[in-house]
Amino acid sequence: MTVFIIRRLMQSAIVVFVMSFLVFGGVNIVGDPVEMMVSDEADQEERERVIKSMGLDKPWYIQYGKFVTNALQGDLGNSFVYGEPALQIIVQRMPATFELAFVSLLMSIIIGIPFGVWAGLFPERFSSKLIMSGSIVGFSLPTFWVGLMMIMVFAVMLGWLPSTGRGDTVIVFGMELSFFTPDGLSHIFLPALNLALFNTSLVIRLTRAGVREAIHMDYIKFARAKGLSYRRVIMVHLMKNIMIPVVTVLGLEFGGLIAFSVVTETVFAWPGMGKLIIESIQNLDRPIIVAYLMIIVLVFVVINLVVDILYSILDPRVRLQDVSS
Amino acid sequence: MSENIQNPTPIEAPEEFVVTLQTPFQRFCLDFFESRVASAAFVVLVGILFIAICAPLISPQNPYDLSQVSILDAKMAPGSQSFDGWTFYLGTDGAGRDLMSAMFYGLRISLGVGVMSGMIAMCIGAAIGLAAAYFGGRIDAIIMRIVDIQLSFPAILVALILLAVLGKGVDKIIIALVIVQWAYYARTIRASALVERNKEYVEAATCLALSHNRIVFKHLFPNCLPPLIVVVTIQTAHAISLEATLSFLGVGLPISEPSLGLLIANGFDYMLSGYFWISFFPGIALLITIVSINLVGDQLRDVLNPRLDR
Repeated sequence: MTVFIIRRLMQSAIVVFVMSFLVFGGVNIVGDPVEMMVSDEADQEERERVIKSMGLDKPWYIQYGKFVTNALQGDLGNSFVYGEPALQIIVQRMPATFELAFVSLLMSIIIGIPFGVWAGLFPERFSSKLIMSGSIVGFSLPTFWVGLMMIMVFAVMLGWLPSTGRGDTVIVFGMELSFFTPDGLSHIFLPALNLALFNTSLVIRLTRAGVREAIHMDYIKFARAKGLSYRRVIMVHLMKNIMIPVVTVLGLEFGGLIAFSVVTETVFAWPGMGKLIIESIQNLDRPIIVAYLMIIVLVFVVINLVVDILYSILDPRVRLQDVSS
Repeated sequence: MSENIQNPTPIEAPEEFVVTLQTPFQRFCLDFFESRVASAAFVVLVGILFIAICAPLISPQNPYDLSQVSILDAKMAPGSQSFDGWTFYLGTDGAGRDLMSAMFYGLRISLGVGVMSGMIAMCIGAAIGLAAAYFGGRIDAIIMRIVDIQLSFPAILVALILLAVLGKGVDKIIIALVIVQWAYYARTIRASALVERNKEYVEAATCLALSHNRIVFKHLFPNCLPPLIVVVTIQTAHAISLEATLSFLGVGLPISEPSLGLLIANGFDYMLSGYFWISFFPGIALLITIVSINLVGDQLRDVLNPRLDR
């Protein structure tokens, strides 16, 4: 186990190192940072002064070394637009993104499991077929377009729900959250539903497959034979057994939610990390772009590491396979 | 006896005999068109391809020729008429362009980018996957580790990182989509090549001392094609959807190459004022394209899967 974790940690370190190299190389060598800093009218002398002050006259490996040392000390430069440390701005936006991802995960479970169980219990009914075709459409629909249509229907035409921003927030454990105020809840509903679309379809299909498989198992027959109520058999005996794959897959999908929140946040003007990166790309705010990319790579490496370790605890075969290869 | 000669009973071919006369391609077609949904999806897909290829010929106007576009026609509802007398069946966008024509041209770009990136990614991915399976050992381990690591990041994130670094442009988005997709192809073809590699015909080819190139591309590759074809269709749909998303976010195609995603993004600005059709119809076109490709891909998977007895 220790060997496995050490190997995974080393692999993660290599990934972070390679990504830092790519991001640094991409931003500083493919693009020209000097163009960003000096105005068009600047003469050669002015340019050279900027080049010198940014350390761009030195060879690339010294520049890269400086970038890494600064990054390790938490200094990823100051944002051109906000004039504050890039890292700080991103960390400020983080709770909004995580809140959105978490609420949408919750939503996909609340919507997905009952539908999936229904479709699994009565596969021949028209309603079940409707649910299943709905889940195919849920996979195929482009998220951003569904978001637009939601705004059009619920915010513009019906006027039920607000379409932009976070609404009122309260501070819980030092983080601003919309989830606990009625206004914030009305603001988070549409974006979370939009983000949950893909995962809801996934949960429906997984739950249905699980139910179809479990319904023929002996423990279900036994529970029925004991004379337990239909309700209890489904709610306790069936649910317990189908939840394992659903929870595993949803855990894996959490990272995907954070990535896809870029789209949803842009559509619904949700002030999280995703909206920040899109704005920064448009404003060519390099320090923010670099900081975001490094942070997101770090977040994903940590998520993958945790998932891998959890997996190897749950399923020893994974661990054995890895050591032998 | 004479009766028999005068009226010879016509020789009826036994039914199996007829079946064996089919070429594999005919059999494949029969299997494919068994499903009504898949046939319909295929017809729709052919129609979409026709529109995309012939867009300049069948569009009512050239939406990017400024002499044909009048700003006075901007934001007109579907079915309304311009003042020189023709009908905008799907309305006009914010710059007075006929939305239907803009969609035809957009479809061309969306499909072009999707198919092009899919093809390049397939070539690269297939070559790498075949190499991994054929040579095995250390090469295989290293390649598959890279594939694993890449697939542990969501596609949209990888594409976003690449485009943040590379900038906008048709070539850039194709590069990004290729880098996002190759790993799927590599993994698919490696899995089937690993099975094929241990079969006797590969052994026979090796005994004939054929070159590595020849064994891999002439013997191994054709036998790994069926699963690859399925992945190509599904991945193309993904690529189209991903391109639309990235263009919508403003990091994909430049404004001079308006794909469906950009049309939707343009409509977004007008939607809050009630001009819904500008982003509604391009979205529907995108949806129909993606769903029909997915349905065709699903049916292909069923038909080409040797494990399903047919």
